[in-house]
Amino acid sequence: MPEEIAPREVYGSTLVELGRENKNIVALDADVAGSTMTSTFKKTFPERFIEVGIAEANMMGIAAGLAANGKIPFASTFAVFATSRCFDQIRVSIALAHLNVKIVATHAGLTVGEDGASHQALEDLALTCSLPGFTVIVPADGIETTQVIRAIAAHDGPCYVRLPRGKVPQISGAEYKFEIGKAYEMRPGKDAAIMAIGVMTAPALEAAAALAKENIDCRVLNMASLKPIDEAAVIKAAQETGAIVTAEEHQEHGGLGSIVARVVVKNQPVPMEMVAVKDKFGMSGKPAELLKRYGLTSEEIVKAVKKAISRKS
Amino acid sequence: MYNINAVTNPSERQHSTPPATVGSGVFSSDEDLISVCKRLRRDIVTMIAKAGSGHPGGSLSAVEILTALYWKIMRHKPSDPQWPDRDRFILSKGHAAPVLYAALGECGYFPKSDWETLRQLDSHLQGHTERLTTHGVEMSAGSLGQGLSFAAGAALTGKLDNRSWRVYALLSDGECAEGQIWEAVIAAKQYKLDNLTAILDNNGVQLGGFTKDIMDIEPFNVKFEAFGWNVIEINGHDINQVLDALKKSQEVKGKPTMIIAHTIKGKGVSFMENTAEFHGKAPNAEQLEKALKELA
Repeated sequence: MPEEIAPREVYGSTLVELGRENKNIVALDADVAGSTMTSTFKKTFPERFIEVGIAEANMMGIAAGLAANGKIPFASTFAVFATSRCFDQIRVSIALAHLNVKIVATHAGLTVGEDGASHQALEDLALTCSLPGFTVIVPADGIETTQVIRAIAAHDGPCYVRLPRGKVPQISGAEYKFEIGKAYEMRPGKDAAIMAIGVMTAPALEAAAALAKENIDCRVLNMASLKPIDEAAVIKAAQETGAIVTAEEHQEHGGLGSIVARVVVKNQPVPMEMVAVKDKFGMSGKPAELLKRYGLTSEEIVKAVKKAISRKS
Repeated sequence: MYNINAVTNPSERQHSTPPATVGSGVFSSDEDLISVCKRLRRDIVTMIAKAGSGHPGGSLSAVEILTALYWKIMRHKPSDPQWPDRDRFILSKGHAAPVLYAALGECGYFPKSDWETLRQLDSHLQGHTERLTTHGVEMSAGSLGQGLSFAAGAALTGKLDNRSWRVYALLSDGECAEGQIWEAVIAAKQYKLDNLTAILDNNGVQLGGFTKDIMDIEPFNVKFEAFGWNVIEINGHDINQVLDALKKSQEVKGKPTMIIAHTIKGKGVSFMENTAEFHGKAPNAEQLEKALKELA
């Protein structure tokens, strides 16, 4: 079994490294620093840590004002509060002015678990991807998270990064190199392509391994850079495999599946299936139970791949 | 003629350009401020009439405030809008764009002829102020209640970097019904932002009528005092009172200042005064002529 690490722990330590390298990096949090792990930054750079209290709209506005004056603010809270709670502030104060604010949200998706629907962000990617000029990234593991946090710090423009609450297996190899706008091929294959983000990337690899035993050869792409999406990789996969399955811990509407489908239908229409939350709110439960209940498992990916392949003309 | 790219990535948008005639130094002027105010009011009604839409009422009520700031109080360079040592002006009530465009144009941030393009396709003078399009505009605004948070972020930057520049933010009374204003009020006190002066353009009228009838937020003074701010109340149309209050706010230590400027919506044009009718309506040709006569 690969080692399991919580990406938010990696976020906290990477932010400290970045803080050492660049004094313009500041962190903001809305009373959940101990959970988002910006508390790590606070311990090292208390003067550059801004606690805004339970006031996410104000946090986004303050972050915009900091960015407009040369700071590189990392604003963190839980994904539900970092997006839908303050979407208008993100839209007008940050995105419309294309300000260099980095929103790093944790506790996204069903895998928040017992806290239930109000705390399970399943629409944050649809919201943030809808904003012109926003960069949206969903890392799959700790190794990738480090690189993503470094990449968005170096990128000039507003960014949203989505992290889960729990630990995830380390699936990226030592050779892994993240680049904004690039998909990463984790496994070659010619019969179908599985495109996954975040906590669904490991199950995508498991599904591909299971399908290989049935002589179904699946390509697996880590689509961490959701916006900009790697259109060339999507089109190539459509051309070379003829069937695509997407997997995400998000509403089907407006997430990875929708974004990939937009590229596919415009360029190279092929059968597609989407493993995602189907227009439902979450509920309390253990993370694994919830993923199973909502059909976000490697078994469901296997079924979806077979279905997509069966629809090839 | 303008490079605004209104439909694609905002990062591709371009600023307006200052006219070649503007000096390179810190703006200064010896002109009588009362005549500057009159001129700004004429600029405002003229550009809105030409545009055929816009917000005259809340622009006219803020004329003395912007005149005091841009002509006497703030250190700023029209030739270098992003001059790092400039004082920052944050317009939270973004619909009052015409008063800011009037002040920026008069100071030389862009040619005054640009006013004729207000609200037109591809103009850098958008219906609500935008940072990416117009020289001298600090914040993209238009959704009320957001400017004081932005101003607090700017002021925090000044504190973090130990800079001497100040931040001035203009709010409307009606927008104080937005909860975010009070979030920012709390935070500015918490962070002891004495480099921040907010000015409340308390004209008592909003889109739907009188503020006191729609959502009565008065008394403002005791509310801001209770939240830990230094509060100064003035007649917002007495230029000397505005100047004195702004200067006093610079001396306060350990807390932000709120200047409650009692103003009149539509000030200076008799038929626009103290009415919601001209909150967001342009004068027609006949009304413009009448307004300009009154402002002569």
